[in-house]
Amino acid sequence: MKREIGIVDYGIGNVKSIENALIKLNARSILTSHEDQLLNCDKLILPGVGAFKRGMENLQGRGLDQVITEFISTGKPLLGICLGMQMLFTKSEEFGTTLGLNLIEGDVRKIPTKSRLPHIGWTNLSAKNGSWSNSILETTKKQSRVYFVHTYAGFPDNESDYLAVTKYEGIEICAAVRKGNIYGTQFHPEKSGTAGLSILEKYISI
Amino acid sequence: MRVIGRLDIKNNYVIKGIQLEGLRKVGDPIELALKYYEQGADELIFMDAVASLYGRNNLFHIIEEACREIFVPIVIGGGIRNLSDIAMALKSGADKIAINTQAIRNPKIIEESVYQYGSQCIVGSIEAKRKGNSWEAYIENGREETNIDAIGWAATLEKLGIGEIMVTSIDKDGTKSGFDLDLVSSINKAVNIPVIACGGAGNMQHINDLIKSCNSDISAFSAASVLHYDLLSITDIKRDLGVF
Repeated sequence: MKREIGIVDYGIGNVKSIENALIKLNARSILTSHEDQLLNCDKLILPGVGAFKRGMENLQGRGLDQVITEFISTGKPLLGICLGMQMLFTKSEEFGTTLGLNLIEGDVRKIPTKSRLPHIGWTNLSAKNGSWSNSILETTKKQSRVYFVHTYAGFPDNESDYLAVTKYEGIEICAAVRKGNIYGTQFHPEKSGTAGLSILEKYISI
Repeated sequence: MRVIGRLDIKNNYVIKGIQLEGLRKVGDPIELALKYYEQGADELIFMDAVASLYGRNNLFHIIEEACREIFVPIVIGGGIRNLSDIAMALKSGADKIAINTQAIRNPKIIEESVYQYGSQCIVGSIEAKRKGNSWEAYIENGREETNIDAIGWAATLEKLGIGEIMVTSIDKDGTKSGFDLDLVSSINKAVNIPVIACGGAGNMQHINDLIKSCNSDISAFSAASVLHYDLLSITDIKRDLGVF
């Protein structure tokens, strides 16, 4: 049987494009909020758009924060996308302080700029430190353009958790994180054309 | 800067008029959307050109089909009246919802939808026509005037919480004679959220003029006729702009 990717369903945001991208890449996926089904998957995707507080409340209301933590502890991979990546952090300052899943130590803060927000658009990926080999960016060319839409961004405490950065109006933003089997992308790989699809393809194959 | 392909749709055909009138069929929406995606479009806008007339948006099935093969952000607009329309649009695969007529008739829809889906999901669409030294906001795809000042309305939309503004110059729409630079730069100055300039793109000079008039601080522009009639391709535009 083909391996299955669980898309965590917590009643928020638009997951259609993630499902479409996985179909395009011939991956089997299931959108579910059931503990057993999620724990049975080979890997998870935690999607999300919108506000941090609402996202966390929805996760906790369904007990999915616990499920995610349990899933991670088995060593299987998880990929958080956009808000899904931000919720991996310790806490967020969006609408007061809200605690996150605390899988990546650090804060989520408003992008420190006087320029227009949200940051909506395509910007380049580059490495912060370390290499992209043996990661979801292994097949990604340096300076690939990917699609961002966000007002808040994650700031990992540990430099080693940065997988990639981008720049918005001269400000460095954490574009992707990696800590062991935990991945997160602030950009939307499912909306980043062929560059994005190759990142998802790599995630499917790890 | 984002280069966006815009498809105005009526009865399952991409149509294009001049100043939002005299609509002519120019092609199949899925074919054109795929073509622009393959040319490297950063985003696509699907507008239902007649939705307000019939009180419904007809694009959901088109979006659903397009999204199976297109992996860049999709904006849908035209005839979005309430939260259930928005839910259906998102379910069909759209990422952002552009609202004009209903935002003016019932601004509460903006606050409610922003609360429900986040500001990044809601695009304030403004259709503006020059009136003396200012611009008036129009609704119903350019058919009905409102006496509302377009620049002031842009600022109000930002306060209501939208994440982005899309401004279409009715005077310039379909003319391929350049953007309404004064309109776009005035709106761009009035808000601190991204702005998409629509209406008038005819050649590279027009795009460079737009960038210059906004001091290189314009988030995006859309092109329609110039792409539909193969006068420029998105590949050409992005190469000339130096974005890949």
